[in-house]
Amino acid sequence: MTEYTSDEMMSVAAARALGDGMSCFVGIGLPSTAANLARRGHAPNLTLIYESGCLGAKPSRLPLSIGDGELADTADAVVSVPEVFNYWLQPGRIDVGFLGAAQLDKFGNINTTVIGPDYANPKVRLPGAGGAPEIAASCREVFVVLRQSTRTFVEKVDFVTSFGHGTGKGDRERLGLPGAGPTLVVTDLGLMRPDPETSELTLTELHPGVEVDQVVAATGWKLKVAGDLGTTPAPTEAELRILRDLTRASA
Amino acid sequence: MAELLSLKEAVARLVHDGDTVALEGFTHLIPVAAGHEIIRQRRTGLTLIRMTPDIVYDQLIGAGCASKLIFSWGGNPGVGSLHRFRDAVQHSWPVPLEIEEHSHAGMANRYVAGASGLPFAVLRGYTGTDLAAHTDTIKPITCPFTGERLAAVPALNPDVTIVHAQRADRSGNVQIWGITGVQKEAVLAAKRSLVTVEEVVDELEPRPGAIVLPSWAVTAVAEVPGGARPSYAAGYYERDNDAYQSWDAIGRDRESFTRWLDELTGVKA
Repeated sequence: MTEYTSDEMMSVAAARALGDGMSCFVGIGLPSTAANLARRGHAPNLTLIYESGCLGAKPSRLPLSIGDGELADTADAVVSVPEVFNYWLQPGRIDVGFLGAAQLDKFGNINTTVIGPDYANPKVRLPGAGGAPEIAASCREVFVVLRQSTRTFVEKVDFVTSFGHGTGKGDRERLGLPGAGPTLVVTDLGLMRPDPETSELTLTELHPGVEVDQVVAATGWKLKVAGDLGTTPAPTEAELRILRDLTRASA
Repeated sequence: MAELLSLKEAVARLVHDGDTVALEGFTHLIPVAAGHEIIRQRRTGLTLIRMTPDIVYDQLIGAGCASKLIFSWGGNPGVGSLHRFRDAVQHSWPVPLEIEEHSHAGMANRYVAGASGLPFAVLRGYTGTDLAAHTDTIKPITCPFTGERLAAVPALNPDVTIVHAQRADRSGNVQIWGITGVQKEAVLAAKRSLVTVEEVVDELEPRPGAIVLPSWAVTAVAEVPGGARPSYAAGYYERDNDAYQSWDAIGRDRESFTRWLDELTGVKA
């Protein structure tokens, strides 16, 4: 069995969530790694959409940024930024929005704006919203990928940049949000899904070798654990090979 | 008709203290040389607009040119944070920076309204987010036909928009291709515009899918080869990723930034 890191397990688990033939609005960083891994592995017909206006990008390496020339050179079409948001995202044409986060709370709300309770005098100023609020609102469902710690997984985010499930089940419907919101969170420790009754994020799968206590300790709220807790299959040799080739080609 | 000017003269004529200025570019074709010229000419009190303020905005903010930033994502793409931007927001250094914060979709639609000559744009975004509570330029609106609640955002009409493009002809017609972001909308929304180009050619060879900004829609064109470095210009040069990464260390520290600034403006350290 090949050795692998917890980050590699996270990328592989995130990639597996993307089915062949889906369309995916890709955020930069971990989501982009996972989406490109999926397209090179089990989902060759995955359509990658980047907010720079690249539709159907097929990069040969991981893009350096959302507007990497490689994305434009390999895309089915390159459109303007108003077009990608207004014609492609807003009407709900995209299956999955794949996002990262600086903070995520127990109802899957995302913060990428400020850390600290005072917006005007933040403890840390983060990059901001980018395309995420509309991705979270309009894609049919949303996957989130980020490393797990009590710093990132908080009871309540300091700022709702992108709406998840609000304060619980039914909030999205009440607000008229078209998409289903976050249906899966992938971390370096395991997978979480919203509870069908309450929409609270619940641990549903552990990565191999990870204990429940470890995940609970890395979560900033009293984490609920699913009754039928599963274990993620370890990365296969093939998955690791593709991921490492991709990372190497991008170095 | 667009005038062909030197970069120095174009900035001197088109960008004034206190102006609202958009330097647009979506990772590709960032008008970096024009931003540096604004710093050299020591403009102050600017309201800077940009969907994705990156290194050159970090530099303009650190140099004290800006008093306000209207934006949707401020970061060093693919690298991390903008430390001069953070320092200005968190510690008012070197001057306080007011911010007006949107999402990409909000900003893109504000430019579309500006280019269309309309007072506002409408979108389905922002619902459930905290952005509307902190940004005066996001207001709820009810569709008069369906009753749906939507977000209204006012048009952006910068005093001047600056973009970088691949080429122009001698009459000042401009051709842009590759990732074109919101450059067309930002130019058409502005009262005045400057396009810096990689080269001025006798005749624009047609390129399928390329945008042409006709000379009569642009105020000035300046030939600035390499004017987008360290970002890239499709067909001319690639992104200098090392420069983006090394900016992280320079921008992180006020002293190293000041040394960088002195070098740019020709001040002896």
